[in-house]
Amino acid sequence: MDITQLITKTNKKIHMAYIDIHNDIPGIRGLMQYSPDTAFVLNQLAQVLLADEASMPKFDRELIASFVSSRNECKFCMTSHGAIAAHLPGGDQELVEAVWRDYRSASISEKLKSLLNIADKVHKGGRHVTEADIAAAKEQGASDLDIHDTVLIAAAFCMFNRYVDGLGAATPDDPTFYAIVGKQRAAEGYLTKSVLVKD
Amino acid sequence: MPHINLQSDLYGITSVLDFRPESAAPLCELTQMLLRGESSLTEAERELIASHVSSLNECVFCSSAHTAATCLLPGGNETGIQPMQTSLDSLHINDKMKSLLRIAAKVQQSGRNVTQEDVELAKMNGATDREIHDTVLIAALFCMYNRYVDGLATSTPADADFYQTLGKRITTRGYMMPKDGYHATDYKNQ
Repeated sequence: MDITQLITKTNKKIHMAYIDIHNDIPGIRGLMQYSPDTAFVLNQLAQVLLADEASMPKFDRELIASFVSSRNECKFCMTSHGAIAAHLPGGDQELVEAVWRDYRSASISEKLKSLLNIADKVHKGGRHVTEADIAAAKEQGASDLDIHDTVLIAAAFCMFNRYVDGLGAATPDDPTFYAIVGKQRAAEGYLTKSVLVKD
Repeated sequence: MPHINLQSDLYGITSVLDFRPESAAPLCELTQMLLRGESSLTEAERELIASHVSSLNECVFCSSAHTAATCLLPGGNETGIQPMQTSLDSLHINDKMKSLLRIAAKVQQSGRNVTQEDVELAKMNGATDREIHDTVLIAALFCMYNRYVDGLATSTPADADFYQTLGKRITTRGYMMPKDGYHATDYKNQ
């Protein structure tokens, strides 16, 4: 099944966005098609935070994005970024799902656990992050840049999640959809045209 | 004390944008686009959304800065908005803005709290699809900024004059980062 058929199939089961976005592309990509100027910079931000060279591996950064989205109950972002993480070197879907359930018991480093703790606090509100949370991450070897990027990725997904769900963007149920998104973004980053966008 | 090593003579959002210029570039551009770009919402109305969401998130730095900006822009001072004000009841705003601010307040709690009914009510009060889109994205943007600023415990000046000067800067110069970066002198009256 190609992506156009997949969109048609999934859209039969899901509602459309709260505003008329003039397209039937699900999730954030439909909103991005509606508003290309803001889409361009939102994708640039995602590229810097998740795909460009940084102090943390791509897998860890996508995992933080997916984890915060799970806390915000944003199924579209949680599943998409979970699939991207799973398609990256060192990633696997079971590990991602273990982090959604309980990151403290998942098979990830203590350092990543301490950063996910900070991300969890950021999701509740910036003021929830304490000196002790930061000290614990530094003790596990987290650098200032690791901590900065963790806070900004978590904060950025508090934005992306609200953008998607606040406008009621369509959220497909079909796992095939997320597998396609995950594979593409893991390989290409965020600056290439989406396979979901038809010519 | 900030949680990470930031330039000690910079405050709030400026100090974290300065720390990582690669992420600052798209952030500044997005903010400039949403708050200063072409729109059927006035600049004061868009700053009011930023101010309201920041107050609900208890972010003193952003609430104070964007309240000051709102009041410096045409039509802003007449709304009666104060820093850290969370109730909309006393504001002098039209029904369209009231319904857009209600959507923004729901976005602040969670995107999932916004309903089709909230959107229909805003439309009945004259809001366009584009205005609703921009309201949701501005509210979401400040849910990010508030967390970025407070999540790293950036320095928050207590002095009201500071925010007045910052308000003047963002209402005249806008949100793009100066070519030579941020400096402590940016906060001084010129």
